[in-house]
Amino acid sequence: MPARLRKAALPYLLLLPGLGWLLLFFAIPLGIMFLESLKTGTIDTGFELTWAFSNYTDALSDYNEQFLRSFEYAGLATLFALLIGYPLAYVIAFRGGRYRNALLLLVIVPFFVTYLIRTLSWETILSDSGLVVSTLQTIGIVSEEGRLLDTTVSVVAGITYNYLPFMILPLYASLERIDKRMLEAGYDLYGRRRDVFLRVTLPLSMPGVVAGTLLTFIPAAGDFINAELLGTPRQFMIGNVIQSRYLEVADYPTAAALSFLLMAFMLIIVLIWARIAGTEALLGTEGERK
Amino acid sequence: MTALRRRGPDWLLNVYAGLGLIYLLVPIAIIIVFSFNQPRGRFNFIWQEFSLNAWKDPFAVPGIGDALRNSLEIAALSTLGATILGTLTALALVRYEFKGRAPVNFFIFIPLATPEVVLGAALLSNFLNLGTPQLGFATILIAHIMFNLSFVVITVRSRLIGFDRSLEEAAQDLGATPWETFRLVTLPLIMPGVVSAALLAFALSIDDFVITYFNNGSTITFPLFIWGAARVAIPPQIYVIATMIFLFTVAMMLITVWQQRRAEKMAAVRPDEPELAAEPAPA
Repeated sequence: MPARLRKAALPYLLLLPGLGWLLLFFAIPLGIMFLESLKTGTIDTGFELTWAFSNYTDALSDYNEQFLRSFEYAGLATLFALLIGYPLAYVIAFRGGRYRNALLLLVIVPFFVTYLIRTLSWETILSDSGLVVSTLQTIGIVSEEGRLLDTTVSVVAGITYNYLPFMILPLYASLERIDKRMLEAGYDLYGRRRDVFLRVTLPLSMPGVVAGTLLTFIPAAGDFINAELLGTPRQFMIGNVIQSRYLEVADYPTAAALSFLLMAFMLIIVLIWARIAGTEALLGTEGERK
Repeated sequence: MTALRRRGPDWLLNVYAGLGLIYLLVPIAIIIVFSFNQPRGRFNFIWQEFSLNAWKDPFAVPGIGDALRNSLEIAALSTLGATILGTLTALALVRYEFKGRAPVNFFIFIPLATPEVVLGAALLSNFLNLGTPQLGFATILIAHIMFNLSFVVITVRSRLIGFDRSLEEAAQDLGATPWETFRLVTLPLIMPGVVSAALLAFALSIDDFVITYFNNGSTITFPLFIWGAARVAIPPQIYVIATMIFLFTVAMMLITVWQQRRAEKMAAVRPDEPELAAEPAPA
């Protein structure tokens, strides 16, 4: 009997340390931050829990511009990452041959360099006297006085770049798993290249598209490094506001309320996206199994 | 996908993909190149002339050595902690049927879907309200183990899913105790998963800026050092150390890939499936 009891308790014992850590340093902190978001006061007089739900409406009306900008930039970056990442993942998966793993390694090479350094590198590339700006000035796309650094372009380019591997890896994983006989069948039935792509390859790769877009969009919407290093306060996103409210102004209730609003908006967007793309994605995996 | 237009030439897509790859790699090349720059002024943004000065003395910038040491120590300790805790959790989740498994699986996943800035802010709220421990090395370490845990669980779990339990049963039939079975059969089999999880954890830890920034107190890690420098001055030494970390990571990566491939070759019992990798040509 004790042996059997011990056996029943074993999974819980194994779970205890890891789950305990996440409870103590993830779940409980979220709870404490929620209480924090309902307090009033200042750092000098101290904060008091007054159940001030108005913190949320105030935060929203004060920073709706940064919220909108976060989702705009994150959406643009996700779109560009998809446009760059899908063909690249496609070519590696279908035409990479024996070089597939090597090419995949090249895709994650940016991860081997510290995030902040990658962003500084973009500061170098887009700087006012840099090659890109002067070339674009010669062609006439950018005016003589124009610049790329400290604009929407530089911030979105930075975000796209920093999260691109997150887009490519799940895309590759789902493309690589596709049974190539399905494509052959499509061609045998006189499907044209475009038809086979749109009706076979793309639907089968939808799980990768959903995973990739989410893995790009979620961290991108909360990012503040790119806006800080490649932009100006006019490009600041909600992450910049949370960061400065917390660490510079010590306005904890507002920062906490903004954090929860960010999570809530993100959840809504993710659910909508899963509804639009997810059903097809599910069908795609089902089709693959049969 | 306009690049896939009907009867569009094949190479066009390859060129497009190649440009994507170049987009990914150029910024990295620039960092390596600019580590050999001798910048005039405080910022290393404009190419002046080739120089080995920064490479000869990468720790000449005050504080950069301490920052790097902190980063390496935190990465090593948090990798150790997260790998142990995460592997145990993954074992429980895959190997056992128990009440509450589904919610636990879901709970493990939430930190991954939470923006870093929220993770960092929540943890700071926690430490500020409790007052202990003092913000610094310890709180950074706690934070890193926290965000690495879920990654470890997921990586190890994916390895455990295809796991053949009959091997363990065989060991037990031959008289091995549960502990011996774990040590001699289970652990060696899941080791590749544990190693990749640990490598991932180390890389994530050494790279983390956002969560660390919220919980660092006065302790400076390498990414925080760069953040502080970015507004004041960017000496080429920063690029030198980034290049060194880069080369180290590439080496580690290649060694792991090579070892796993060797292990797979040695363990290959199943004959290879016929190759169906090539893209079929349109009719």
